[in-house]
Amino acid sequence: MLYDIFIGPFVQMVEMPDFFLQVLWEGFVAGILYALIALGFVLIFKASGVFNFAQGIMVVFAGLTLVGFYESGVPALLALLLTIGVMGALAYGIERFVMRPLVNQPDIILLMATIGLTYFLIGLGEFVFGGEPKRMIAEELGLPTGSTAIEMGERGLVILQHIDIAAAVIAILMVTALGIFFNKTRIGRALRAVADDHQAALSVGISLNQIWAIVWFAAGLVALATGIMWGARSDVSFALEIVAFKALPVLILGGFTSIPGAIIGGLIIGFGEKIGEIYWGGLVGGGIESWLAYIIALIFLLFRPQGLFGERIIERV
Amino acid sequence: MTNLKHLVLGTAAALIMGASGTFSQAMAEDTNYVPLLTYRTGAYAGSGIHIANGMHDYLAMLNERDGGIGGVKIAIEECETGYDAQKGVECYESTKGKNALVYNPYSTGITLQLIPKASVDKIPMLSMGYGLSAAAVGNTFPWIFNVPDTYWDGASVAIKYIAEQEGGLEKLKGKKIGYIFLDAGYGREPIPLLEQLSTKYGFELVQYPVPGKEMQNQSSQWLNIRRDRPDYMVMWGWGAMTPTAVKEAVKTRFPMDKLIGVWWSAGDEDAAAGGEAAKGYKAMNFSGVGSDFAALGDIKKLVIDAGKSQTDPSSFASTLYNRGVLNSVIIAEAIRNAQEKTGKKVLTGEDMRIGLESLDLTADRLAEIGLADFAHPMKVTCEDHAGGNPVFIQEWDGKQWQKASDWIEPMTDVVRPLLEAAAKEYAEKNAPWPARTEACPN
Repeated sequence: MLYDIFIGPFVQMVEMPDFFLQVLWEGFVAGILYALIALGFVLIFKASGVFNFAQGIMVVFAGLTLVGFYESGVPALLALLLTIGVMGALAYGIERFVMRPLVNQPDIILLMATIGLTYFLIGLGEFVFGGEPKRMIAEELGLPTGSTAIEMGERGLVILQHIDIAAAVIAILMVTALGIFFNKTRIGRALRAVADDHQAALSVGISLNQIWAIVWFAAGLVALATGIMWGARSDVSFALEIVAFKALPVLILGGFTSIPGAIIGGLIIGFGEKIGEIYWGGLVGGGIESWLAYIIALIFLLFRPQGLFGERIIERV
Repeated sequence: MTNLKHLVLGTAAALIMGASGTFSQAMAEDTNYVPLLTYRTGAYAGSGIHIANGMHDYLAMLNERDGGIGGVKIAIEECETGYDAQKGVECYESTKGKNALVYNPYSTGITLQLIPKASVDKIPMLSMGYGLSAAAVGNTFPWIFNVPDTYWDGASVAIKYIAEQEGGLEKLKGKKIGYIFLDAGYGREPIPLLEQLSTKYGFELVQYPVPGKEMQNQSSQWLNIRRDRPDYMVMWGWGAMTPTAVKEAVKTRFPMDKLIGVWWSAGDEDAAAGGEAAKGYKAMNFSGVGSDFAALGDIKKLVIDAGKSQTDPSSFASTLYNRGVLNSVIIAEAIRNAQEKTGKKVLTGEDMRIGLESLDLTADRLAEIGLADFAHPMKVTCEDHAGGNPVFIQEWDGKQWQKASDWIEPMTDVVRPLLEAAAKEYAEKNAPWPARTEACPN
């Protein structure tokens, strides 16, 4: 038993380096995708201090809208543009009809509003697109398919899926772009001011409505990218909503307000759960991935309660 | 003022209840009520929609073509469960008072919840090819029917088929067979039998559970499979799990002709997810492939083309749609049977139990109802509510399913004693389990 815990897994890593590399690659891809989902949560949290329960369903809704346009005869790239437009309209609608009436309400009210929004989007999505899973139009969007196999030694093989490489590249580009947007632009700085204090931001002339619409739109774009990438790996179905909650341990780990935290947290969870499941999962019958991520996050929390990059909040009484 | 308000509300409530009571009574007098527990929404809708459509459309066709069964129309009512056990029980409780004839939970989780209720409410349950395998023992479970096969029958066919490929059961010794499954009641159900067979024939059984929340995130399971290099894989997938597994199998270059799914992993969309590269993927089946059956022609003409169905014409006669049709064929034939046995036209759950327990769906009868060779003939007895009927293997050719084997008999000699033992154990665990008092209609 002790051998299986402390020695066996490491022996396997050394004996099958190609397989270990494959595990690392899968962990990296999963981590990047988790980071992308977590980013959607971080954006909303930064702007309104609320955990956006609807982020998961936004991923599904964006993916379904894209495929829905395509299936109705719209060319793929135009369907992408139209979907971006729909996510913009959705952001405006959320700001106008959900967020604006709730300015300065307690956070729990905003959280409940996003739960309501989740059920609204589930119903709307099922009403418009039906409940059947849809095939993501990755190829039609020009995303690469197929795979490249890298041979290592006599029997070794590392298989890289082109769509996974594309997912990693797109996720990195999006994260970089959002990082620049929030740190270097006027709107980005305004957003951070809103996150700190709604009333103070309003008093210096920052339009809360505009900021919220922008940030929900950005979260919508992140949801669209996530929907495309996850959809290409399996398909676009309402089951994807559950996958989106994989971002929760990432957020606990990385902090709810930090974009770098989402990335690092995503990667730690991605690598951690793959390595844990592959090399130690068998000891307890496998299938440990769904809770291992939370264990990893909790271990980090013991040492950094605010997360790796979260803001340390000290409230004086 | 308050009293007046109470009076108005009370009167309104009484009127509504009275009206619904009248409605229920009218429905009970004129029709045979068949609730369908379905799921067209949620994570498992990809599989559930086709089943729901098939079940609904066959019964609707009988209403349109024949005016129902025995001159009595079938009142069909769907209740959305979302594949959730709690919602399934809610559906059951809200519809059982309408003189429900039979329940089809379409979820092993819901089935397990409803099994103890069936004998109390005296409404039979048909879990066609799913649910609790031990329920096949009719003397312990007189109200539960899982014809034509239990999961244990299915698992034994999978192993038998693998043995045939290898040249005999004795050649299984030393082989490694992987089992990837939805980590829920459904996927865990065949494990005891697979373990028994593993001990008996000397193959190594390696399990790969897929948690429901990770259905679309299976890279770890398939990495493990790649490392372990099993000779064959058996899959118990449902909903989004199956297409994801097929894609992952393709991605990890697992030989597709060595991946064998249970009959619920045999959907067209399931295999199509892997496209051309999934060529060779196999799945068990016990219902007809394709639309070349007279009864299906009637469904198309009288229900789908007439706009009385939710079926997308492109998914008409798909594997899971046909499975839903077979489910309703069993319901319809049991109703017809019950009408003959009891001499009543409008039935109760107790009558329906008699109809199910004396069901004898022969090849001639299948041909008579326009479904020749759509399924293997099946016969229910008081002792055996599943029948251990043969199933066949179908193979994905890159575009559609093709029948790839003759009918394969389950290992009844191994399965039956285990079913008996499991039924006994269930009754002991759930003591005091009611002893059978229902007379055998055969």
